[in-house]
Amino acid sequence: MKRFLLKGVIKDKGRSLLPIIVVATGTMLTVVMYSWLTGIMGDSIRMNANFNTGELKVMTKAYAADAEQFPNDLAILNADTLLVELKEFEPEVDWVKRIRFGALADFPDANGETRGQAPAVGWAIDLFNEESKESARFNLQESIVQGVMPVNTGEVLISDELARRFEVKPGESFTLFGSTMDGGFAFYNLTVSGTLLFGATGLDRGAIVMDISDAQKAFGMEGACSEILGFLPYTYFNSDKAEAIKTIYNQSVDARQSEDEFAPVMITLRDQAGMAEMVEYTDFVSRIMVFIFVSAMAIVLWNGGLLGGLRRYGEFGIRLAMGESKGHIYRTLLFEALLIGTIGSIVGTVIGFLIVLYLNIHGVDMSGMMQNSTMVMPTVVRTAITPTTYYIGFIPGIFSMILGNALAGVGIYKRETARLFNELEV
Amino acid sequence: MDNPIIVTLEKVTKRFPAGKTEFTALNKIELTFRKGEFSGLVGPSGSGKTTLLNIIGSLDCPSEGVATVLGKNISSLSHKESAELRNYGIGFIFQTYNLLPVYSVYDNVEFALLLQKISAPKRRKAVMDALEWVGLADRAKSRPSTLSGGECQRVAIARAMVKRPALVLADEPSANLDSQNSHMIVQTMKRLNRELNTTFIFSTHDEKVMQYLDRIIYLKDGMVERDERKSED
Repeated sequence: MKRFLLKGVIKDKGRSLLPIIVVATGTMLTVVMYSWLTGIMGDSIRMNANFNTGELKVMTKAYAADAEQFPNDLAILNADTLLVELKEFEPEVDWVKRIRFGALADFPDANGETRGQAPAVGWAIDLFNEESKESARFNLQESIVQGVMPVNTGEVLISDELARRFEVKPGESFTLFGSTMDGGFAFYNLTVSGTLLFGATGLDRGAIVMDISDAQKAFGMEGACSEILGFLPYTYFNSDKAEAIKTIYNQSVDARQSEDEFAPVMITLRDQAGMAEMVEYTDFVSRIMVFIFVSAMAIVLWNGGLLGGLRRYGEFGIRLAMGESKGHIYRTLLFEALLIGTIGSIVGTVIGFLIVLYLNIHGVDMSGMMQNSTMVMPTVVRTAITPTTYYIGFIPGIFSMILGNALAGVGIYKRETARLFNELEV
Repeated sequence: MDNPIIVTLEKVTKRFPAGKTEFTALNKIELTFRKGEFSGLVGPSGSGKTTLLNIIGSLDCPSEGVATVLGKNISSLSHKESAELRNYGIGFIFQTYNLLPVYSVYDNVEFALLLQKISAPKRRKAVMDALEWVGLADRAKSRPSTLSGGECQRVAIARAMVKRPALVLADEPSANLDSQNSHMIVQTMKRLNRELNTTFIFSTHDEKVMQYLDRIIYLKDGMVERDERKSED
């Protein structure tokens, strides 16, 4: 019977062509839209994780309360000891020290007089350790526009936009003004080794990247760091795993130092800077998108099914007369729907995947739209290819086809067999 | 006749609602059909021929009376049991052939057997035998659209006969055919009636068909007017 039905689907273009086109189109759109959305959100989340939030972050409780202001007077004091503890606690996580700071960059002229000043946001990371993944995490090598990576103490990278604004070239020096960990005035001379373009408007305005040892000297933070970030060994953020690590760690710390405001506290990516909303928004929009496509396609396919049902009125009549039950005819309709839905979904997924692949490789430059954006997100947006890409389209594809045929097929149950002779002899 | 009775109609009445009143399509019909009969229901339009075929074919139930077909009381059957009775016991031949256009001749004939879940080798043999009976074995792979009207009706006969039903109901089978094809079709059915001892009940007002019938039941206004049997030579 299945072979018989398959033959019918293949031979009867009127039965299969329009539904396959509808399903394939909807599936393709679902795949592309999902991958596009996941790409934008995933890249933004990944970029935020790499630059700001990590997937896990350890700070002092006091620092955590005002973390967005980089209160380095509340930083972790014995950073190396805590780092060792964390590595023992969760060895598969890559734990790294960071110092975040806000400062004023003062660019001198040839006479050493101030040529211009600009606020800068800084990242002090482990640049000089060859085993460190921090340079790759910031994509520094590929982001350098002029100059080279810092190799000596006192060498830093600054954003290309900042360099252009003040006509600073690699090899030139500037002074960083800020405050020390104890609340004192800090100034520190640095040399520009290169300029950076991250491709994220929020970062490219006034970023400074330096080795953590320089920041410790500049801000009087020897042995200290603002925060310790943790990165899980997965391609995509594993929220469940991060939450589990956080819970166990915080419970163990609370048991020892529950009253100490300088005790470390661990948070996850989701706990920071609207990341939870971003992750949930991605999931929500994906679900809404699938729902919209299921509904829209089901309505189209319902109508298609009704028209097909009218066209096949004679066929159903003769099948009833030959002794096929209404339930069996209805089930064969659903089987056909499954067949057509699967074929349409495969076609749509393949086409959608090719589009996704193209957009993944080439991306779409949206820098023009992001000139005033403060969000940390890439200016070249790419689709993301995840395991879900391969099956997300099958949900609206198959479900809508079955729903459409199920609704259209209700007429079979309303048919009166007593009228078959009259109906079949028109 | 010693053949067993396979259809019994006892005071079968069928009424249909017609506005606020009822229209009586069949009125206390008393008939029996034996295995192997080649009989026809004859009468003007509205005489109740098709309604009677509907009831015998378990497509409809009588309003009153009892219709027993192949040992089953039609009124007491569920939809599924009616379908099963048709599937295993009754073949239908329609005026307009009603072949499935997207399938081949072979597929059309095979379909009845698919419902019976018969194994593929047995199906193949049964289908080819049925096509041999109607002389269309060489057209097994053809589509219905490439066949003449007479050939289509022969395929319909093969489809009705392939499951070797005890009873075949044919509603105006020659109405769309020319004289030569009409004779050929009825001769084919007559031959199968003799060879397989299948009961045929026709609804017709075609003289060409009537001349082959062993029994002619004249209906008028939902009642049996005459029930004539040809004398056996």
